[in-house]
Amino acid sequence: MNDALATVLIAMLGGAIRVSTPFMFVALGECLTEKSGRINLGLEGTLVLGAMCAYAASYHTGSPWLGVLAAGVAGSLLGAIHGTICKLPKVNDVAVGIAMMLFGTGLAFFFGKPYIQPSAPRLPSIALGAFADNPGLKSALDVNPLFFVGIIIALLLGWALKNTRWGLVVRTVGDSAPAARAMGISVDWVRFLTTTTGGFLAGIGGAFLSLSYPGSWNQGLSSGQGLMAVALVIFARWDPVRCVLAALLFGGAGAIGPSLQAIGITQGYYFFNSAPYILTLVIMVATSSAKRSAKDMPGELAVSR
Amino acid sequence: MALVAPATTDRATHITAAQPTSVSRGFVEQLRISSEYIAIPAIALVVAGALFAAFLMLVGKSPLEFIAYVWQGGFGSLFSFQNSLQRAAPLILTALAVAIPARLGLTMIGGEGALVMGGFTCAALAIPMVGILPPWLTLIIMALIAAIVGALWVGLAGFLRYAHGVNETISSLLLTYIGIAFMNFFVEGMLRDAANPNKPSTKQIGEAYMVGKIPGTDVHWGLVAGIVLAVLLYILMERTTFGFAARVTGGNIRAALMQGLPVGRLILICSMIAGACAGLAGFYEVAAIQGRANASLAAGYGFTGILVSFLARHNPLVIVPVAVLFGGLVAAGGLIQRRMGMPDATVLVLQGLIFVVLLASETLYGRFDLFKEAKLRERT
Repeated sequence: MNDALATVLIAMLGGAIRVSTPFMFVALGECLTEKSGRINLGLEGTLVLGAMCAYAASYHTGSPWLGVLAAGVAGSLLGAIHGTICKLPKVNDVAVGIAMMLFGTGLAFFFGKPYIQPSAPRLPSIALGAFADNPGLKSALDVNPLFFVGIIIALLLGWALKNTRWGLVVRTVGDSAPAARAMGISVDWVRFLTTTTGGFLAGIGGAFLSLSYPGSWNQGLSSGQGLMAVALVIFARWDPVRCVLAALLFGGAGAIGPSLQAIGITQGYYFFNSAPYILTLVIMVATSSAKRSAKDMPGELAVSR
Repeated sequence: MALVAPATTDRATHITAAQPTSVSRGFVEQLRISSEYIAIPAIALVVAGALFAAFLMLVGKSPLEFIAYVWQGGFGSLFSFQNSLQRAAPLILTALAVAIPARLGLTMIGGEGALVMGGFTCAALAIPMVGILPPWLTLIIMALIAAIVGALWVGLAGFLRYAHGVNETISSLLLTYIGIAFMNFFVEGMLRDAANPNKPSTKQIGEAYMVGKIPGTDVHWGLVAGIVLAVLLYILMERTTFGFAARVTGGNIRAALMQGLPVGRLILICSMIAGACAGLAGFYEVAAIQGRANASLAAGYGFTGILVSFLARHNPLVIVPVAVLFGGLVAAGGLIQRRMGMPDATVLVLQGLIFVVLLASETLYGRFDLFKEAKLRERT
C-alpha cells in the first residue's frame, strides 16, 4: 500500500512539473497583458496554434528549438492582432478574446491536419534524476529545460515590473490610463506590446504541449489549459512568481488522473480529468467577491468589469 | 411579470413611452438611422469574406469554388436547404443562450456545456422510461429535464457572477469543459452501450421515441421550437417591464441598483433562460438527430451560436435568419471537405475571421453621417 502511495506521489510530482509548464507560460503572458489593463481571453487559441506551429516547424527543420521559436512568433502574431483591434475605440477586449480563441483554434486545426500522423523531433529533457535508483523517480525528474526557462522568466518579469522604468510604465497604464496619458505614455502602444509579448509566451506554452508533454499534435491537445491559465492569474493576484506556484498547483491537480492510472486505478479517469476545471472554478469563487474587486487587481481591469 | 415592484413598473412604462424614438422622427428617417445596424455588420461580412478569399488563394484554393460549394451544400437544392434548417435549429437556441444574458451586459459563452449536459442527462434518464411510458410523455419529460439541467448549468455561472463576482465568461466556459468531461465519464463508463464498441455512447432511445419531422419536410420540430422561443424572448426582452429592467441593468448596473431593480434576480433568471434554451438544443440533438448521447453532442453548435448572437446584435428575431445562414455554412462543411480536399476546420477559420472582423467593426458605429439624425448632421 505504501509503495502504491509513493508511486502515486512520485508520479504526481513528475506530472505537476510536466503539466504545469504550459500553464506557467500562458499565465505569465496573461499576467503581463493584464498588468497593462487589458484582458486577452484568446490565449487558449494561441496555445493551440503555438502547439501546431511548433510541431510543424520541428518536423520540417528537424530542430525542436526552432519549433519553440515558431510557436512564439505565431503566438505574438495572434497577440498583435488582438492588440491592434483593441486599440480601436468602442471595441470590447473580452469579446475579441473569444473571437481570437475560435480563430486561433480554427487556424491550428486547418494547418495542423497533415501533422497528426508524422512524428517530429521532441525537445530533449534534463535528467535530474540520474542519481535515483527508483525508475519512477528517475522519469519524474526528467525535466524539460522550458520549465526552468519559465521560472527564470517569472523571476525576471516580477523583478522588472517592480524595479525598472518600463515596469513602472506598464503598471501605470494598467492602474490608471488617464495618469499614464498625462505622463505622456501611449496607452494603446504599451498595451499592444504587452499583448504581443503575452501572445509570444503563450505560444511557447503551446510548443511545450506538442514537443514535450504530451508530445504529439492532435486536435484534443489542449482542452481549456489556456483558459484555466487566465483564471489562474486572478488567483495569483497578478504576481509572476505566484503564477508559477499556482501553475504547479494546477499541474498537480491535472496529474491526479494519470498518476492513479499508473498504479492501475482507471476508475473515474474522466472524473479526475475534470479535476483542474473544478479546482479552477472553486478557486475563482474563493478569490472573487461581489462587493470589492480582487486584491492587487490592476485598476483599469476593475473599471472594465 | 411580477418581478418588479408596482411603483417601478409604472415608472418603467412611463419612461418607455416617453422615449423620443419614432415619435418625433418620420418613418423614413427612422429607417435610415436604424439601417446603421444592418449596414455595419454587412460591411464586416464583406470584409471578412474578402480576407477569407485571400486566405483561400494563399493556400491555393479557389474562393469561387468555395462559394459554389457553400451554395450547393447549404442552399442550392430543397434537400440541402432542409439540411441547413436542421442545423439552424440548435444554432437559434444556442444563440439565444448568448443573446439573453448579453442584454444584461453579461458575456455568457457556456451554451456548448448546457447543450451537452441537457442532451446527455435527458438521454440517460429517458432510457429507463423507454417501453414503460408512452413516447409523447417521455419526450415531454426529456425536454423538461434538458431545459432544467441547462438552466441550472448556466444559472450556476449567473449565480456565481452575482453572489461572488466570478467572471461569468471564464466560469461559463469552464462549466462547458466540466460538462463534456461529465458526459464522457458516464458514456465511457457505466452508461456505455456494450452493443456499440466503436463509439462510446449511451443506449439508443429507439425510433419510436424520437421527435418527428415537420409534416412535408425533412426538418425536425426543433426549428419550430427555436423560432417560437425567439419570438417569445423578443417580446419578453422588448415589450415587458422585465425586459426593460434587464436592458436598464445592461446599460448601467449602478443606475439599475439605485433604481431598486432586482439585479441579482434578473441575472439569475436571464442566465437560466439562456441555459434552458441551450439545454433544449441538446434535447433536440439527442431526440431528433442522434437518438443517443455521445461525443457528437459537442459538435461546436454552442460556439457557433456565440457568433450568430453577436452578428444579430443579440436581437432574438434577427438571430433566426442569421442562424439559417450559418446553418447553411455548417451544412456545406462536409461537401467542402470532400470536394475541395480541405480540412473540416475550414468553416471554423471562416467563422473566426467573421467574428474578429465583426467585433472590430464595432468601432464604426457613429462614424457615418449617413446614419445620423438630421438635426445632429446639420450641427457637425
